[in-house]
Amino acid sequence: MTMLPEPSAIKLGLVIDLDICVGCQACVVNCKEWNTAGYGAPLADVDAYGGSPNGAWLNRVHAYEAGSGAEARTVHFPKSCLHCEDAPCVTVCPTGASYKRAEDGIVLVNEDWCIGCGLCAWSCPYGARELDPAEGVMKKCTLCVDRIYNDNLPEEDRQPACVRTCPTNARHFGDLGDPNSEVSLMVAARGGVDLMPEQDTRPVNKYLPPRPRRVADDAPMSLVSMVEADSPGGFWKWVDTTLDRLG
Amino acid sequence: MRPAWSLIFFTTMSGLGLGLAGWIVIGLLPLMTVSSLIGVAVLTLFLIGAGLLSSTFHLGHPERAWRALSQWRSSWLSREGVLAVIVMAGLAGWFAAGYLGMIVPLWANIALLVLIYATVYATSMIYASLKTVARWYHPLTPACYLMFAAAGGLLASLALLSLLGLPITAALAQAALVLMLSAWGVKFAWWRVAGMARNQGSIESATGLVGMGAVRPLMPPHTEENYLQHEMGFVVARKHADKLRMIAIGLGGVVPVLVLLMAPASASALAFGLIAHVAGMFVERWLFFAEARHVVTLYYEGAA
Repeated sequence: MTMLPEPSAIKLGLVIDLDICVGCQACVVNCKEWNTAGYGAPLADVDAYGGSPNGAWLNRVHAYEAGSGAEARTVHFPKSCLHCEDAPCVTVCPTGASYKRAEDGIVLVNEDWCIGCGLCAWSCPYGARELDPAEGVMKKCTLCVDRIYNDNLPEEDRQPACVRTCPTNARHFGDLGDPNSEVSLMVAARGGVDLMPEQDTRPVNKYLPPRPRRVADDAPMSLVSMVEADSPGGFWKWVDTTLDRLG
Repeated sequence: MRPAWSLIFFTTMSGLGLGLAGWIVIGLLPLMTVSSLIGVAVLTLFLIGAGLLSSTFHLGHPERAWRALSQWRSSWLSREGVLAVIVMAGLAGWFAAGYLGMIVPLWANIALLVLIYATVYATSMIYASLKTVARWYHPLTPACYLMFAAAGGLLASLALLSLLGLPITAALAQAALVLMLSAWGVKFAWWRVAGMARNQGSIESATGLVGMGAVRPLMPPHTEENYLQHEMGFVVARKHADKLRMIAIGLGGVVPVLVLLMAPASASALAFGLIAHVAGMFVERWLFFAEARHVVTLYYEGAA
């Protein structure tokens, strides 16, 4: 059913901290590893070891430079499905394969119904959907629906693969419908933002912008001045004069 | 956007077939003989049906295409499919009634006409409802599809009239001329207004990196072109857009207009004009897809 459900009370999603992501791609790899064996058809790769490899991935990490000159910063930017409340990818689907779950807001594709027309990928402003090159069905982030409710896994593993694997803790999973959840408090404290708010998709996933650059009280010392400040007449002075004497 | 041949063929051929059907159900073609009735029926249903069939060629799972008839409450693609099936069935009934010598009531003709143009409208809304492609997301997009269906359909009707050896009145030829000029007028307006539309937003709003100065892509997330770039980042047509636009106008508009002005009674001239028009429409539709920029290219190119 591709009519959107009434907004759910529980809105499961991700909060991604752009301040601390280092762009290591571990989330990308673990996402592919889990999802190629999990929900639906495997995530195919074509010509994986050849000249122009191509494949379906549910999570990709871009890198941007923000600002210029001395103020420029490198920002690593992971991007996957934002599980939008007004998800255009759901309403455009002609078959009912693309749907948003009424109970927790996760957007999924029923791969047995998907005809692979690609219209949902066209309607998504974020590029969150990729057609599987082998299976001909649309693939997208499932928020690891087969992990988060999986009683067979230890409790600490019941979160999306990308979140579980992130070595810097830049990714967080939780209920963004609950204003008192850890993720909601984080978004409130850090001024979490929606991507492309002008598209009116109302994404559930939020991004925490990089913290303002901290400016040191004093300019850092040069090595020479450190030597001079630390050891007037000490060891380094002896080295200095000895080397001078050697000509 | 990548121009898929199946989609270009689909929108062009079914648009022409539906336009032709619209003129047929209001009685423009007096189909007096059995052979003319069957010939026109086959041609019309073939144009619509071949177009529809070709649209399933770009699917990952064409065998499941029937499922696309289920979500008419939210999806314009589904509505297009449902309406096309109803129109095909209605037209088959209309031709069968003619074959059996039955009189089709006026309300049925009007209902069929409305359904025919509703189908063309639904085709256009598949594209015009996508907020991610600013130049499609415009009321003039359905206007172009509707006008080209009407104008192309009338040109095809005239060609069929002359092929059947039936007279073409000066008024009818003039009507076809005015409609063809109007359709291209709407298309020129689309190029000026919708065609100039830029996608809302910026790389800053797309990444949420607002107030940090200019943002530029530093590293792509993968070393080779992915599905998104293949599907949304087509560049060949943008390079040759001006030349292709002249070809589309020349074949699709100028040639048919000259035929209607100079030789509106000649069957061969009209057939030539129709073929040129269809060829021009292929180029027009190819540009429609190929020139469109998807907002996701912000993430890859920093502009869209």
